[in-house]
Amino acid sequence: MTERIPQTPSTSRRNLLFGAATVSAGAFLTACTSNENNASAGTGKQQAGGVDDKPGKKVTIGFAGPQADHGWLNAINQNAKERAKQYEDVTLEITEGSNDTAQQIGQIETLINKKVDVLVILPADGKALTQVGLKAMRAGIPVVNLDRVFASQQAYRCWVGGDNYGMGLNAGHYIGEQLKDKKNAKVVELAGIDNLELTRQRTQGFDDALKNYPNIKKVGRQAAEFTVESGQAKMAGLLQAHPDFDALWNHDDDQGVGAERAIEQAGRDGFLMVGGAGSRKVMDTIKAGNSVLKATVLYPPTMSASAIDLARALGQGKGVSGMAELEIPASITLYSAVVTKDNVDDYLPTGFN
Amino acid sequence: MNTSEGHTLPAEAGSAPPGPAGPVAKDAGRAGARRRPDVHNLSLLGVLAALVLVGVLTKPEQFLSVQNLQLVLTQASVIGIVTVGVTFVIIGGGIDLSVGAMVALATVWATTLATQQFGLGGILLCALCVGLGCGLVNGLLVSFGGLVPFIATLAMLASARGLALQISEGRTQVVSVEPVLALGRRDAYLLGIPPIVLVFAVVTVVGWLVLNRTTFGRRTVAVGGNPEAARLAGIDVRRQRLLLYLLSGLCCGIAAFLLIVLTGSGQNTNGNLYELDAIAAAIIGGTLLSGGRGTITGSVLGVLVFTLITNLFALNNLETAVQQIAKGAIIVAAVLVQKGRTS
Repeated sequence: MTERIPQTPSTSRRNLLFGAATVSAGAFLTACTSNENNASAGTGKQQAGGVDDKPGKKVTIGFAGPQADHGWLNAINQNAKERAKQYEDVTLEITEGSNDTAQQIGQIETLINKKVDVLVILPADGKALTQVGLKAMRAGIPVVNLDRVFASQQAYRCWVGGDNYGMGLNAGHYIGEQLKDKKNAKVVELAGIDNLELTRQRTQGFDDALKNYPNIKKVGRQAAEFTVESGQAKMAGLLQAHPDFDALWNHDDDQGVGAERAIEQAGRDGFLMVGGAGSRKVMDTIKAGNSVLKATVLYPPTMSASAIDLARALGQGKGVSGMAELEIPASITLYSAVVTKDNVDDYLPTGFN
Repeated sequence: MNTSEGHTLPAEAGSAPPGPAGPVAKDAGRAGARRRPDVHNLSLLGVLAALVLVGVLTKPEQFLSVQNLQLVLTQASVIGIVTVGVTFVIIGGGIDLSVGAMVALATVWATTLATQQFGLGGILLCALCVGLGCGLVNGLLVSFGGLVPFIATLAMLASARGLALQISEGRTQVVSVEPVLALGRRDAYLLGIPPIVLVFAVVTVVGWLVLNRTTFGRRTVAVGGNPEAARLAGIDVRRQRLLLYLLSGLCCGIAAFLLIVLTGSGQNTNGNLYELDAIAAAIIGGTLLSGGRGTITGSVLGVLVFTLITNLFALNNLETAVQQIAKGAIIVAAVLVQKGRTS
């Protein structure tokens, strides 16, 4: 940290002051990294249901997911960990998340070599990780494929995930029902990253649902990037472009933080906003009922807890209780429930930060 | 602090007009170096005028409103301030790829629950300190560690993003400090000008003055134009470079604070690709990527061109993909114009 300024010999005092300032700034900064809060983390803690709860054969489950770089993915990891902890017969081997395909392949291969009993994989990129899924299946390790689907059905024993098309569909139906008595109703859409297939599916579902309501027209659509910053910028643009509209669907609650901020800054209300994914903050706002935000469509992060249940059932050779079959299903698509003020209390524990 | 050392550069003292010092810019030709960016700014103004015309023709009532002007300027402010810092670094012969990551880290660090306890002052101080701290590390690595700027700032990009992710754990950190939130609301506008835009204006004016009216500015141009000649002329090149990276870090800190005000939150994905946007704006503004030439006015015009494109596309409800194509085309066109004038 020594500052060498050869031309000015009289700077020792300046250096001293500068050094002291640097040290105190450093001390201040290190004191500011904490994010501890007494409030609960808000991950799902509901009773283990569905799969047989009685302890059985010991199962080691390997879990590999992408880097938890935003709220939803973070909740995926938390839900998986907490669910595994509830079973005394389950040992969870969780890898450090990675968005790099090569790195994730390496991590999964390590889990295969460790001979875990079942693998739960949320691939960073489903298509790119198909080969390693196949490899695990060939090695006799059943794979539960979480959310982002592999390219081949041979690469997994069971797929469980969310329904992007259904998300759009349910958002569209909810908005449609709210506006069905309004003539020439206008709707705008704040979409997610446009080059992702899931964004196109959500939009498709939304458009298909709106077709049932001839009085409603979608007048605007902008694609943000799932970030607060882009949400604010794109929403500000939408608000400027459309001086009046009746409803807004925002694909993602993370970018929704920015969108709400833009709405607040523009001083606009008189429309209804529906979110997507189901963050804790959005659910709190819905519950408070004092903003334009009236509902959100879930993309449940509890799916990783379900994946642990399914993996455990696979490892113990059981089926899903409540179903007649002896084995777990090959594919499970989760329902994108609409959370409103009426049912928000039921969903609050699943809201993620 | 710079003027006190003016005696080290007798050549500069005589050259009142802003521009590279005599012995330094032999190759460029002083008069030319001064005049060219101005011509360039004129052509950029032409582009801006054309964009405004498009706006007026397509969506007159929404485009030509006070709100829209406020919106465009607000959206330009954060990236604009970052671009001012980057322009200094590029003129000084360096590059700063870490600006986006520094903004992200500063927004995250300044919005942790621990920092929020200190209120507005704490958040502001924290954002500035993080920016300056990262800038200091960049500067030390480049000036005294002997690292190529591209590599040093690339390393900072990676580690600052990583640290931001580690602190936030991927969560969106929502700000609940009321004075900070109030700054972004309509009631806080001074004579119709959002405070965020005021800060941008101040940074731009100060940046212009520093570059054109101070020894520091002239040294920056000298160091970027020909470091060896600058060294022979008595400029402490390493110190100058260190200060430039500090300046860029400071700009990122300010931008981060404004971003917190604008979005009411801190997130590790903030400032995504700012480095490329800032460099692109500086380049179409006439800043030479190899250093030694550039203007603050040009860079700010460059930022406004990009923001106006985004605005026009939103107003006309066009897709993001088309917008990116337009952006790419404008960068190429601007550089071609620049080349045409230089040769």
